[in-house]
Amino acid sequence: MDLATFLVQCLNALQYGLLLFLVASGLTLIFGIMGVINLAHGSFYMIGAYMAFALAPFVAQAVGGGFFATLLVGLVLAVALGYVLEWGFFSFLYEREHLQQVLMTYGLILVFEELRSILVGDDVHGVQPPAWLAGSVPLGDLMTYPVYRLFVSAVCIALAAGMYFVLTRTRLGMMIRAGATNREMVQSLGIDIQFLYRVVFAAGVALAVFAGMIAAPISSVYPGMGNQVLIVCFVVVVIGGIGSVRGALFAALLIGLVDTFGKVVFPQAAGVLVYVMMALILLWKPDGLFRAG
Amino acid sequence: MSPAAALIEARGVHAWYGSSHVLHGVDLALARGETVGLLGRNGMGKSTLIRTLLGHVRERDGRIAIAGRDMSKARPHEVARAGVAYVPEGRGIFPNLSVRENLLMAARPSRDGGRDWTFERVIGTFPRLGQRLGHFGAQLSGGEQQMLSIGRALLTNPDAIILDEATEGLAPLIVQEIWRVIAAIRAAGIAAMVVDRDYRRVAAEADRVVVLQKGRVVLEGPARTAEQHAQLATYLGV
Repeated sequence: MDLATFLVQCLNALQYGLLLFLVASGLTLIFGIMGVINLAHGSFYMIGAYMAFALAPFVAQAVGGGFFATLLVGLVLAVALGYVLEWGFFSFLYEREHLQQVLMTYGLILVFEELRSILVGDDVHGVQPPAWLAGSVPLGDLMTYPVYRLFVSAVCIALAAGMYFVLTRTRLGMMIRAGATNREMVQSLGIDIQFLYRVVFAAGVALAVFAGMIAAPISSVYPGMGNQVLIVCFVVVVIGGIGSVRGALFAALLIGLVDTFGKVVFPQAAGVLVYVMMALILLWKPDGLFRAG
Repeated sequence: MSPAAALIEARGVHAWYGSSHVLHGVDLALARGETVGLLGRNGMGKSTLIRTLLGHVRERDGRIAIAGRDMSKARPHEVARAGVAYVPEGRGIFPNLSVRENLLMAARPSRDGGRDWTFERVIGTFPRLGQRLGHFGAQLSGGEQQMLSIGRALLTNPDAIILDEATEGLAPLIVQEIWRVIAAIRAAGIAAMVVDRDYRRVAAEADRVVVLQKGRVVLEGPARTAEQHAQLATYLGV
């Protein structure tokens, strides 16, 4: 592998890992803080991707279009969706057993897929990146790298930094981390944990939807794309440690590297490498690499 | 005591854990600035009573009022916002938050906007916490955790603090320190409800004691004289 190819693969690994992180960070927070196994989390990614495709014509009609206007509209809808779902479904799951959580959230996957089929159809679609991000930058003499992928990585890094700031430097972040270990005490300090959960859930949904929207121009938009990402995201959560955002970032980047380079160096086994890695890490550290909070 | 003077007032409070009926019509009042000792043998309902007053036991019945407002159906954060702070059994420290974060995450002014207890005052009261601000809750000793738990409660500028087994499992020297702090809380005009195994100490520090037996109040009043102590000892089986 020459240097330019190596660089391209590194950038691909970074971009894939960061995108995974956006989806998995919400999953790990919802799992770690609220104790809910949300199988429907991957669906939010799918919903995001389809929003990027399906909302664009409406946004074009209303405000003259633009990728960023579509992103903004999608984000607002995502927060609203998260808020309503928490209120209508997930708030009933906190003190239930994991089996009931799994059944209900699996049911939600079916509902979301069916709704998607009714509203948008079952076709595979492509989404164009905005024109000014559509080009490539040269890497070495022979290779180029798409600007849009660099843009995705940059946006993800900015969001990760923002999350880090909120979680470690603000009172909201302190409350969220405290809620992961002792929710009764959080309440007795005067914090409305129901509201806190609703905020965290809505943020988690928004992150997954956002990830789906910005991934759409890279991965295309297809039925069942949520389920694929869900499984990898659970691997991220398990490796990183349930409830640990830092762990999710580390694990997502690790998976990005192993998956990307696995496909190049060891293509016959690329499909299983990530899972072998998970098994090895769990043998070494059964609770994952990082602790919650 | 007239209801208006009571900060916390419970009338005919029942509570259940699943099918087991734990509290059977408890009447209890805590006046502003008053210190009440809540006593009883293990499993007689002390912690359940506290958790019911704080809104943590959902299956409950009867009337609970705080500062004259009906809080019978209130959720825990509403009870806390009404001015009742909690120092739970086991201390309830957030192990993954630093000492500073444990203290600051819920700091707020009192209901009338006062900030008698500031971060600096709490650190002044517990100098050991001041030396450990960057440590995580999990890294503290039991005594330090207890101080942190009390300091955190004070930073919400409450009208009342409920302390459940605040001296449990601590070295004698630290136990003295905790009682000194409880006396300081009293001197600061904050009402307190204290659960502790050392009934003699509770009797000495509190204005009066309330004894629970099988989920009912069986004795209530000051415990100062030898006769009152003897009666208390009978109920507590010591």
